[in-house]
Amino acid sequence: MRKATRQKLIRYSLYGVLILGFGGFALFANWESIGRSFFNLEIAGDMFPEVITIAARNTIMYTALAFAFGLVLALVLALMKLSSIKPYRWLAITYIELFRGLPALVTIIFVAFAIPIAFPGVSIPGGALGQGTIGLGIVAAAYMAETIRAGIEAVPRGQMEAARSLGMSWGNAMAYIILPQAFRIIVPPLTNELVLLIKDTSLFFVLGTTPVSKELTKFGRDLMNSKFNGTPLIVIALVYLAITLPLTYLVARLEKRTAAAR
Amino acid sequence: MSTQRNEEAPPIQIRNLHKYFGELEVLRGIDFDVQFGEVVCLIGPSGSGKSTLLRCVNKLEDPTSGKILIEGIDITDPETDVDSVRTRIGMVFQQFNLFPHLTVLRNLRIAQRKVLGRSTSESTRIAEEMLARVGLSEKVNEHPAHLSGGQQQRVAIARALCMNPDMMLFDEPTSALDPELIGEVLDVMRELAEEGMTMVVVTHEMAFAQHVADRVIFMDGGVIVEDGPPEQVLLNPQHERTKRFLRAIDSE
Repeated sequence: MRKATRQKLIRYSLYGVLILGFGGFALFANWESIGRSFFNLEIAGDMFPEVITIAARNTIMYTALAFAFGLVLALVLALMKLSSIKPYRWLAITYIELFRGLPALVTIIFVAFAIPIAFPGVSIPGGALGQGTIGLGIVAAAYMAETIRAGIEAVPRGQMEAARSLGMSWGNAMAYIILPQAFRIIVPPLTNELVLLIKDTSLFFVLGTTPVSKELTKFGRDLMNSKFNGTPLIVIALVYLAITLPLTYLVARLEKRTAAAR
Repeated sequence: MSTQRNEEAPPIQIRNLHKYFGELEVLRGIDFDVQFGEVVCLIGPSGSGKSTLLRCVNKLEDPTSGKILIEGIDITDPETDVDSVRTRIGMVFQQFNLFPHLTVLRNLRIAQRKVLGRSTSESTRIAEEMLARVGLSEKVNEHPAHLSGGQQQRVAIARALCMNPDMMLFDEPTSALDPELIGEVLDVMRELAEEGMTMVVVTHEMAFAQHVADRVIFMDGGVIVEDGPPEQVLLNPQHERTKRFLRAIDSE
């Protein structure tokens, strides 16, 4: 048998398997029950406008706060890891390995419950969710620190040398010469981190929430439980996609642009 | 050690300088003075330590032992504020090292603003003056990527001049350039030399060394082998190693 014929045969048999699979699913699934449980337009309609004005808004707010906090922390960690001072490097490496090694959920729960115990007088705005946001920022910083470090290392050594030979201090050279170039390189991967962070806010469903502080997942789950229906899950899935898909599209465009600029 | 500038002291004094990279001894006891207004060309085979020597002068490399005095200030003393000494030493690199994210004007302004604390208008005026000096006034708003290699190197020279340095170091300034672009950079350097700038130039351009330098130093294996006026070192070398190097260059 010729190679091309054989490849064709393999491809068509794969199509066959796919069609059989989907066909079997379509044939044997209970469409009436699926429709009733997951595509109930009345329940879906009742979710508006709160799913946007409260749940999506909260998801975006927690993400933005965790991202901002995580980014600042990540920058400090990246500079510490690149430092010539050993204890700084060790500290940064320990932090990064610790929080990349733990499940985000564990860190979030731990921070959310540890802060009120460790600092009894301190009240974080947003209560448990504010504390959860800090926990998520701590996790995000560990990942973003490595991204930022890689970006800084991608800037040619001659840039720092040129800046220093003009008399600029290390800090000025970093702030005005190295970091602006590093950030151009790392905008696409940082945007990816942002997408991951959006999805990770769903972990906040474990934190006790009041009706106005629910993020998308908690909002959907509570409705599922009260209505005994899966439709809210479909609706919040669509809202998540409405937020994340434009961002992933943006990343693809940014990556193309960065590639073209080189 | 005071950081007060000493007008009497020569721009560069180097005493018994040693530099190791790990186990490798790259500079093996260098003694070397440069006087005001002097143009010194450093020549020698690659790996001879001439670039390392130049980079030690503004402490881009940390000397392992020995003393380097810039205008009488000991930069090997850990108490010395190296940043302020560096503003008096202009440095030009083989790879130009312009800041690619900034326009030519901003490349020329940034250190004036951040280091010397000059105002925007003053730093702009000086930047434009220096850009005119290297013949690139019309490129003021371009990004470096849109310039030829020769133009980039002239901008890099202008950037160094904006700090009003007392001396200029050139680390193989034309080695990364296409042959037809070398002349424009050497012309700018020749003008600088004629205006009396103190210059130390690591170069393979023997014609430039012969016509512009007051002194030529031949280095090999981390030591200074021969040091004298260009007609002596280049045309009538005393050492076998110098003769061999010049023959090898000639036959290229």
